[in-house]
Amino acid sequence: MAQITFVTKNKEEKVLEGTSGSLMKLATQNGVKGIEGECGGVCSCATCHVHVPEEHQAKTGEASEIENDLLELSDNVQDNSRLCCQLQITEDLDGLVVHVAN
Amino acid sequence: MSENNSKGKICVIIGASQAGVTCAFALRSEGWEGEIILYDSDPMLPYYRPPLSKAILTKTENIEENTLKPLSLYETENISLRLGSKVDYINREKSSIELQDGHSQTYDKLVLAIGSRPIIPGIKGINEAKNIYTLRTAEDAGQISRALDSCVKKRVLIIGGGYVGLETAASLHKIGAKVTVLERESRVLARVTAPEMSQYFEDLHSENGVHIITNKNVISFEPQPDYTKIICDDGTLYNADIIIIGVGVFVNKELAENAALEVDNGIKVNEYTQTSDPDIYAVGDCTNHFNPHYKKHIRLESIQNANDQAKVCASSICGNPQAYNTLPWFWSDQFDVKLQMVGLYKGYNEIIVRHENGEKHKFSVWYFNGDTLLAVDAVNNTKAYVMGTKFIKGANKVNKRNLIDPSIDFKPANLLANNV
Ligand SMILES: Cc1cc2nc3c(=O)[nH]c(=O)nc-3n(C[C@H](O)[C@H](O)[C@H](O)COP(=O)(O)OP(=O)(O)OC[C@H]3O[C@@H](n4cnc5c(N)ncnc54)[C@H](O)[C@@H]3O)c2cc1C
Repeated sequence: MAQITFVTKNKEEKVLEGTSGSLMKLATQNGVKGIEGECGGVCSCATCHVHVPEEHQAKTGEASEIENDLLELSDNVQDNSRLCCQLQITEDLDGLVVHVAN
Repeated sequence: MSENNSKGKICVIIGASQAGVTCAFALRSEGWEGEIILYDSDPMLPYYRPPLSKAILTKTENIEENTLKPLSLYETENISLRLGSKVDYINREKSSIELQDGHSQTYDKLVLAIGSRPIIPGIKGINEAKNIYTLRTAEDAGQISRALDSCVKKRVLIIGGGYVGLETAASLHKIGAKVTVLERESRVLARVTAPEMSQYFEDLHSENGVHIITNKNVISFEPQPDYTKIICDDGTLYNADIIIIGVGVFVNKELAENAALEVDNGIKVNEYTQTSDPDIYAVGDCTNHFNPHYKKHIRLESIQNANDQAKVCASSICGNPQAYNTLPWFWSDQFDVKLQMVGLYKGYNEIIVRHENGEKHKFSVWYFNGDTLLAVDAVNNTKAYVMGTKFIKGANKVNKRNLIDPSIDFKPANLLANNV
């Protein structure tokens, strides 16, 4: 079980719990605004863009090449940008905070 | 937001799938305060269709993981979901819809998100043969899985080599079926891509053990006690335990036709997704719309189009009209190959295929009409997909000499024509 906090553009905080699947699915299943996951999580649409604060980056690791390429199609890209369909929920992510990018 | 005076009004949406559900939630975020009622004849909580031929068929995911929204979210957003309810008729004079169960419901705004359904060809014996399926709904995917589980020989014959047919072939092969695909045209994907891509996918399937046979026109099915004989017009014969028909879709246009809305290869809509009746909108697979980028009327069968039109529709209904103007994109997953496509390739007069360092399964196909880049198909090559998207959106000219030369680094600065 991992507890994950999504902070949306209008500064709303949503604290969610998940055991498996991707962060994108967790967010869309709980109506987190700004996370759309239009392609269903196959890294094709860039509509699940989040920013990971520096202190949490050790938990999430680095983006893959495909992910970085695709991020170029999204707005508000920063060094700490990730597509959260590529982040799989494990216990290691417990306590993670991410900021919805758009 | 009461500028749109939506309090006390009713927006009825027919079709609770990709387009309808997206529209319902978008209406709420655009400030619609009135009622929202979603109808669908499918009894299942609305789900994503793309995994039906991919992760769901291979059983790596189940349908519950692929619902569009959990039931609780419809409740929080006050969206009434009427599942298992078929709409039979739109009465424009009374601004109401009539349901199959005899009930009716009035509307102030009506959205048609009724999609399309598989074409069932009139092949002799089709009604008598057992184990014949199409793949459009969760129920279809479940039936195919159960049929395969209870079958010893697992000989699957797929009629039609479009994206759904080929994805289904790859998925069923992965879980142990012996798959043959019969295609009537001289190549697979004939309606949707160029010969170069068709060839690649034919080779990919045969390398992986799926049998693709083109120029095969099936004319009859002969049911045997525990399998079916499939006969083609050239006399060839195949035996299969399970038959899947994937020869394309029909628009569900009857509701619109019977209501005398304008229909022509789909329900005609303007750039705000409005039909010929200003209180009735249509979105998704069922629409025929104008694409301003390519300056032509088109009908698309894609998640992108369903989602984007749904949002345009919601903002129009809420009095904040924004013209639909999105570049089409689509994807397909077969075996370990990820195909990503952007733009519309039809009308090209030149094709450039760029391979990355001789890698067979990593390349991109660039479609041009003169100097204009129309579309890019990227195979295991997200970079190409992303660059293609940017170049088409920016109407950039591409340096074709650099594009074709794999020794030149694949980055925008090298590919733009003004950087020769
Ligand atoms: C197996 C499969 C794989 C796919 N893979 C991809 C992919 O990888 N990428 C991609 O972009 N697209 C893919 N697609 C296409 C994509 O799923 C469709 O474009 C999308 O579902 C269209 O959404 P829609 O809401 O317009 O129509 P639909 O999804 O067809 O929904 C229409 C809904 O309306 C309901 N309905 C119709 N008439 C009535 C009535 N009279 N009363 C009540 N309800 C009614 C139907 O039950 C249905 O639920 C795939 C489709 C299939 C079938």
